[in-house]
Amino acid sequence: MKRVRFWGTRGSLPVALTAAGVRRKLIDALRAASGRRFASDAEVERYVDGLAFPAAGTYGGHTSCVEIDTGGPEFFLCDLGSGARPFGISAMARRAGGPPQRFHIFMSHLHWDHIMGLPFFVPAFIPGNHVVIYGSHRELESALRRQQEKPSFPVDFSIFGATMEFVHLDPGQPLEVAGVTVTTMLQRHSGDSYGYRFESQGRAVVYSTDSEHPLAQAEHTERFVEFFRGADVVIFDAMYSLADSISVKADWGHSSNVVGVELCQLAGARHLCLFHHEPVFDDQAIESVLAETRRLEEITRRDAPLRISAAYDGLEIEL
Amino acid sequence: MQITTRNLADTALIAVAGRVDHQSAAELEKALAAVMVPPGDSPCAVVLDFSAVEYISSVGLRVLMIAARQLRSKAATFSVAALQPVVAEIFAISRFDRVLVVHPDLREALAQSSPAALLAWQAADPPPGNPTAP
Repeated sequence: MKRVRFWGTRGSLPVALTAAGVRRKLIDALRAASGRRFASDAEVERYVDGLAFPAAGTYGGHTSCVEIDTGGPEFFLCDLGSGARPFGISAMARRAGGPPQRFHIFMSHLHWDHIMGLPFFVPAFIPGNHVVIYGSHRELESALRRQQEKPSFPVDFSIFGATMEFVHLDPGQPLEVAGVTVTTMLQRHSGDSYGYRFESQGRAVVYSTDSEHPLAQAEHTERFVEFFRGADVVIFDAMYSLADSISVKADWGHSSNVVGVELCQLAGARHLCLFHHEPVFDDQAIESVLAETRRLEEITRRDAPLRISAAYDGLEIEL
Repeated sequence: MQITTRNLADTALIAVAGRVDHQSAAELEKALAAVMVPPGDSPCAVVLDFSAVEYISSVGLRVLMIAARQLRSKAATFSVAALQPVVAEIFAISRFDRVLVVHPDLREALAQSSPAALLAWQAADPPPGNPTAP
């Protein structure tokens, strides 16, 4: 495995940067420039690259969709949130003029925000392509077909020109897919969700979103610590604060940055990537959560440092 | 982790020392349960002296949340006092500083919880080395 590429990182609902948000960023950037003159475009770009992320970028964006770039010819994807649309366009462009492609798509669960990208997933319309959708929910195929039925959507699932295949996964039973060992694990979420561990060539990536952690159950914690054990990257649902996740938002099926740090520290993971951001948070709020999470890791560190990132649409993590 | 419970008039004062983590949180849960049963004898207030707590994990924070909720249902108050800087940061990052009553020192916590408890605390010999004692 070579890298992880994020196409959709927002929880529950896509979030667009508004005109007011762009204006705010421009004002901040111009104020920070403070009358400075730029001799070249390269100098302008260097200045922009030096700005804080909330001033020059945005966390976005699309709902859950993460690509695991294995380095092989076949595509690996986690979830079909609205990020599946830009991923599909990119995948087609990357292999333009080449032979038909094979896509392996691993579904955490079937809630709307994790499936809404399929009707706009261009590779599924191309005859010759092969789309294999994996999951542990019995309703996997019917849920994806249903979202394209009238009156919810004008184009039926049967329009897809690619070969569409569904594969049921048994939790805890590793499966070899194109040279990658994939293991699934049941997670606590309304209607159940499943986490994935991808292992290949000595590298391990864990995708664990829409997962609530009952803190009083030691065996639950131990199960997740083993699932995260030694992972190079853990993509983790950090939608809420710890206080919210065990009070007003208890049983809403999500977790916090605090629990992410603790589980990764116990598991000896190397990189925690905060994911499934709360849709009401703006860029500055997510940046603050990131800074606080890094500080928490620093003050609670007992072993090797744990790297912390906040996922954004377009982020690439090299493995 | 060490826990010492004292009754000060109508208030239970629980002093905690060490790390409140995945291994030790159950002990704190037991100590809190012990001052809340039987229901008829429950205190009007529970104050946690955290001046000697070095670290608290999510499991420990959950124990505090449950205790606060249970005491609220009995019309009793719950507060935490004298957080060390690292623990204060953990409270802030987890947003527990927004859902629990936190006081900078034990005197203020007792004064806010119960004047009778504060008088009892001032009258008693403070434990040696306790920096928050009068």
